[in-house]
Amino acid sequence: MTNTNAAQGGYASKRKAANVAVYIILSVMSVIWIFPIFWLLMQSFRGEKGAIVPYVFPKQWTFSNYTRLFNDPDITEAFPYGKWFLNTLIVAIFSCLISTFIVLMVSYAFSRLRFKSRKTFLNLGLILGMFPGFMSMAATYNIMKAFHIEGTLGALVIVYSAGAGLGYQVAKGYFDTVSRSLDEAAMIDGATRSQIFYKIILPLSKPIIVYTALTTFIGPWTDYIFVSYFMLDDKENYTVAAGLVQLTNATTMYDYFTLFCAGAVLVAIPITILFVIMQKFYVAGVTGGAVKG
Amino acid sequence: MNYLDYVQMTKGQQIAYNLKKFFTGIPGAIKNLFLVIGAFFGNIFKTIGNGFANYGSRFAKGDIGTKLSYIVMGAGNIFHGQVVKGIIMLALEIGYFYYMAVFGLGQLAKLYCNNVPITDAQGNTIAIANGVVGSVPSTIEYVGILQTPQTKFGDDSSVILLYGVLTILITIAFFALYIGNTKSAYATQEIKAAGKQPKSIVQEIKSLFDERFHITLLSLPVLLLLMFTVLPIIYTVFMAFTNYDKEHQPPKNLFWWVGFKNFADVFYSDPATSRTFGKILVWTIVWAIFATFTNYVAGIILALMINKKGIKLKAMWRTIFVVTAAVPQFVTLLIMNLMLRDNGTLDTMFNTQFHFLSNAMNARITVIVVNLWVGIPYTMLITSGLLMNIPEDLYESARIDGANAVQQFTKITFPYIFFVTTPYLITTFVGNINNFNVIFLLTGGGPNNDTSYSQSGPTDLLVTWLYKLTLNEKDFNLAAVIGIIVFVITAAGSLITFNMSKASKNEEEFS
Repeated sequence: MTNTNAAQGGYASKRKAANVAVYIILSVMSVIWIFPIFWLLMQSFRGEKGAIVPYVFPKQWTFSNYTRLFNDPDITEAFPYGKWFLNTLIVAIFSCLISTFIVLMVSYAFSRLRFKSRKTFLNLGLILGMFPGFMSMAATYNIMKAFHIEGTLGALVIVYSAGAGLGYQVAKGYFDTVSRSLDEAAMIDGATRSQIFYKIILPLSKPIIVYTALTTFIGPWTDYIFVSYFMLDDKENYTVAAGLVQLTNATTMYDYFTLFCAGAVLVAIPITILFVIMQKFYVAGVTGGAVKG
Repeated sequence: MNYLDYVQMTKGQQIAYNLKKFFTGIPGAIKNLFLVIGAFFGNIFKTIGNGFANYGSRFAKGDIGTKLSYIVMGAGNIFHGQVVKGIIMLALEIGYFYYMAVFGLGQLAKLYCNNVPITDAQGNTIAIANGVVGSVPSTIEYVGILQTPQTKFGDDSSVILLYGVLTILITIAFFALYIGNTKSAYATQEIKAAGKQPKSIVQEIKSLFDERFHITLLSLPVLLLLMFTVLPIIYTVFMAFTNYDKEHQPPKNLFWWVGFKNFADVFYSDPATSRTFGKILVWTIVWAIFATFTNYVAGIILALMINKKGIKLKAMWRTIFVVTAAVPQFVTLLIMNLMLRDNGTLDTMFNTQFHFLSNAMNARITVIVVNLWVGIPYTMLITSGLLMNIPEDLYESARIDGANAVQQFTKITFPYIFFVTTPYLITTFVGNINNFNVIFLLTGGGPNNDTSYSQSGPTDLLVTWLYKLTLNEKDFNLAAVIGIIVFVITAAGSLITFNMSKASKNEEEFS
């Protein structure tokens, strides 16, 4: 009896020690992971000028970095942050709408409909999907130029949403899990395949619609490559990512660094919230639905 | 060898056996890969062949309407009662020939012009070139009383190349339509012969929302893909065979076909470019391997710690890391850059020089470490969901059998996670080969003090080099070659690993 007690006690204390070690590691890691973001937040409230200061907490707290982004004429002239924010919002909304429609259409067709050359299309999609769009951006730019829409927000919307047809995997995986007997029952009742699509499958697919919409909405907020290539020096048409990168140029950094921090915080807040909302779908997406519930 | 033989081997023999199995599996995997690719292209050719099959016999068996449809598209359908469909086909045929006559043929002819004078900036002819895209070079005109020189642009090679590619695509589409037209004509003839009525236009439209709903759903996405994904890719591939570089920029200059010269330049013939390419290629692969596996292992360890029994506030720990992953990368990476650069925040805070980014080796280590910061939360997020999925009784019975924590991990946890996340590993690997953000925003490819790199630096990946060649250098031809190489590497790599993991899955019952 005492033996087992001792053994149990030894086991328990060993586990306790292990847990303490894990707590310590987790705390240290959390600090490392949170620090850059916390630091960014602090810098955005800093009143003193300069890009690099050897302390974390501002000596002079201020909210003016946020307000100056929008209403200081000196700044909005060279760095029209409000315009960038609006541009990004417009591009994000349109490419989100178009992409979501395309993704739902393609995934439904591949998941539910059986037709000749379906396999060929799926394979072609797989291979095309391995080709990152920005590798052919010089060609894409020339195509936009031929349509005379280079350097417009419309060109960005097209770039972000025209390839959406290749991003069908997650939604297709979701549609695959919706029971086929629903389709069959509806078909016996005389429903056409299009009616099944928008009367039965779509209402059942709210989570995946939300996921698709969120991912395609987030995309334009974080893309730097296409904007910087398509807009060149036309700052009026930048989106927030390209614009904020401009603010950290060596020449402007001393004066504008705290403004960059404020601008970055304003972008990061909505994106972070959206990402946290959709993290569950994100996991389901990459593991191919291996995680249930 | 069966299971009993396997378990009787010593540990060393088992490892040797598995290694041998892995390496002897590679040729098989590569063979499989070629079989898959072969089957893929075989399918495409079969589809094309099916289109032409019976092309002649349909004509022989066709009635007057079907025969007529071999010249006048839609004639067969009109003849057999599908008037509207026939008229649409006829309209498309007229439209195509009109397009070709007015525009398309001219563009195709200009794709390859011989004996074209090449002019310099002063408008003087300096050479005669063959195989030029476009035929009219830019000239200098002197206008007004002051005779101010003004460049009069000639043909724009980039536009001609674009329309040339577009015309080829349209022609392919037209031929598919043409073959479809002869098939449809014959099909309606057969329906007529069977004494039935071919579908009316109303029925045709209705079927587009029912049994042929996929056509309705897929046409717009496919059209967009053709325009803005396939067309740019083909256009880029064509560019790789021209001298479309900084010295031949339309509309001022014409560019022309140079065959495989750009590929030769990148691989061996141009010392500066090929040396840079070799170095960057090696670093890209090293980076992709390190970035993928360090993140993967560290992420799993973090997930294990958070999900360890007895650890409280699991949701809080998870949220902390998820939040850092959620902040847009361009923000966090720019901050990291500012903290780590010479005389950056960390240098000033500790009043010393760390040289995180100022020499090649340090910079490479730094990007891999910073990439851990970026990537660990993602792996953690994915694997912690999986960890909760593993049934608890598996562990319980393992404990009863006397397995310790390490054995439980290597025998239960890791095989399960690895099995489920293999596709994720492959996509992360490909993603890391193309990881533009981490490199470009953190180091910009730098440090830029190494002159042995042509238009790039020691931390540049192929894709960031491609970006610089496109944006700064305007060497579109070299950028195109690199794009093709990256595509071949990623496609081959992921297909091989995909095949191998599939092969190993079939042998899963073994261990």
